[in-house]
Amino acid sequence: MPALEPQLRPAAVHNDTLVEIADVAFKYGDRPVLKGINLTARRGQVIAIMGSSGCGKTTLLRLIGGQIKPSQGTVRVAGESVGDLDQAGLYRLRRKMGMLFQFGALFTDISVFDNVAYQLREHTDLPENAIRDLVLLKLHAVGLRGAAQMMPSELSGGMARRVALARAIALDPQLVMYDEPFAGLDPISLGITGNLIRRLTDTLGLTSLVVTHDVQESLKIVDYVYFVSEGVIVAQGTADEIRNSGLPYVHQFVHGEADGPVPFHYPAAAYADDLRLGGQRA
Amino acid sequence: MLTICGWEASVLKQAIENLGNRTIEGVWRIGYATRFVLAILLHSGTAFRRFGLTIREIYFSGVLSLIIILVSGLFVGMVLGLQGYETLQTYGSESALGVLVAMSLVRELGPVVAALLFASRAGSAITAEIGLMKATEQLSAMEMMAVDPMARVVAPRFWAGVISMPLLAALFSAMGILGGYLVGVQLIGVDEGSFWSQMQSAVDFEQDILNGVIKSVVFGIAITAIALFEGYDAPPTAEGVSGATTRTVVMSSLAVLALDFVLTAFMFRGLN
Amino acid sequence: MNKTVLDLWVGLFVIAGIAALLFLTLKVGSMNTVNVSNSYEVVARFENIGGLKPRAPVKSAGVVVGRVTDVKFDNELYEAAVTLRLDKRYAFPKDTTAAIMTSGLLGEQYIGLEAGGDSVKLKDKDQIVLTQDAVVLENLIGHFLYGKAQEGAPQ
Repeated sequence: MPALEPQLRPAAVHNDTLVEIADVAFKYGDRPVLKGINLTARRGQVIAIMGSSGCGKTTLLRLIGGQIKPSQGTVRVAGESVGDLDQAGLYRLRRKMGMLFQFGALFTDISVFDNVAYQLREHTDLPENAIRDLVLLKLHAVGLRGAAQMMPSELSGGMARRVALARAIALDPQLVMYDEPFAGLDPISLGITGNLIRRLTDTLGLTSLVVTHDVQESLKIVDYVYFVSEGVIVAQGTADEIRNSGLPYVHQFVHGEADGPVPFHYPAAAYADDLRLGGQRA
Repeated sequence: MLTICGWEASVLKQAIENLGNRTIEGVWRIGYATRFVLAILLHSGTAFRRFGLTIREIYFSGVLSLIIILVSGLFVGMVLGLQGYETLQTYGSESALGVLVAMSLVRELGPVVAALLFASRAGSAITAEIGLMKATEQLSAMEMMAVDPMARVVAPRFWAGVISMPLLAALFSAMGILGGYLVGVQLIGVDEGSFWSQMQSAVDFEQDILNGVIKSVVFGIAITAIALFEGYDAPPTAEGVSGATTRTVVMSSLAVLALDFVLTAFMFRGLN
Repeated sequence: MNKTVLDLWVGLFVIAGIAALLFLTLKVGSMNTVNVSNSYEVVARFENIGGLKPRAPVKSAGVVVGRVTDVKFDNELYEAAVTLRLDKRYAFPKDTTAAIMTSGLLGEQYIGLEAGGDSVKLKDKDQIVLTQDAVVLENLIGHFLYGKAQEGAPQ
């Protein structure tokens, strides 16, 4: 990685806990999504948050980013309680965060170069040639320096996600969050993206929070895994611990079994009744 | 089964509940829309500090609407010239053709028709664009990059609409008068001198032209606010965005016509 | 789209729009609406103003010299009080006659001013004393028919 100079690494801070989630609950209206989550992420770690679709993983990321406020508990990022910040404070904090959205969420009306340059232009007064150097540096880090002048519509799904990653790290954040970075990728792109997350985390000394349900790919790269199911953390541990976990839910998830603690059938009335086999209704 | 006037009670109850829900929903939306417009005004600083953003949007909503506005204006004016001549001729006052064409364009048709065209050309585009930006999480991404979408995306589009609309309406009216002149004077042969002079003595700057400009500014505010709100509020799905786009055209057209009535009643009351 | 090209188009658009506004202002409308600072107001009273309306032109020798700004009914004298706003450039003698005229047979009504011989000029808020009412067509026809009937009546 010649492109990433050592001085780009954020200075070491005395306390190396970056994200601390304590007893956080969240409700959408009356529907509880998260019920008491505890989670810690230290600097330099890749943390995976796993769980089946719709279990509240993305909600967790939105809580950390401050897009929604917890109904209970505190979310601390770099020592600041996200839920208590006003808009200015939130925006200040978000400059230390990068986020990779599920499908990249690139700005479709500007080129790849301008996408990566976006935050630099919005938040810094750097001259245009310095911005150019920085953008090419970031694009080089994700291997897409050659695509700088392309429009987002010309990119494949995997490339778009890598550009979005370059954009997310444009301001050298301390924390990068990934929302389903592996969804819908072919095996090659999958490998590239996984490697990239690990490598960027190590070289830039940042913290990565990966929300995913792709167990095999993410277990290769993560330091620690949290399993979320129905709004609570049901299991946690290192990649190896998870692989060898005896918990039925984790076992079902890791090995992709159709039936188990998460039932194949959505709760329903008895099959015989639905088929009107009882004869009481004719 | 309990029945009231031949209706099953449950059906009736359902209908009343639906009506109530829709009313509450409507009131909620009006409140939300008002808050949205206030938020636009609060976040307008960036739109003027970095005027390049607004200029870009003027290009998309104003310049790209030019063709349809100019061509429609010309044709509306030509039709006015023909029809007006037919009518005026029966009273032997063809020389008042200029007055008729100019008055109807400057006071009513210019602002209103230009606004209707603007709503379907630029308003729908704004809604679709914002709705898609929301559906593809571009707005969320922007927020996460510590950039306020209200200031960066919404407010410049709002002001671009407010600036473009009166210019487009003026161009529409000017083209229409040109069209009326072409048909009336060049084609039919109404006296050129009386065409222009009667027009000039009848059309008043303050009462007619300025009021027309005020109307078009108000229409510009209404259309862009509706378009932006519908886009911002659109459910982030394909149906959501297409529904919002349709609603923009319907709602802003209705708003233009209703506002036109109110403004006309205010401006020209007691004059005639 | 290049940024400068975009700016160019927007610039052209704005210039065209302003040009259209100017065209409307100068060529279509009349800027010679007398504005408040360069004008003075006089009041003329009529017993019948016919169809005179605010904004009707005030002409002298066929030239527009001002406009009617207000038409009121005076409930004490049972007359119409018409306020005229005249251009400061034109001064009229105190004994000027104001008459309500019609352009053409069915055209719009306007006020015609006919200057008198007084050396004292009209000032702001003055009143024009000599006025001539509108000719009401119905009355005219009525008179005519009445006269005809009398002519033709058997002795």
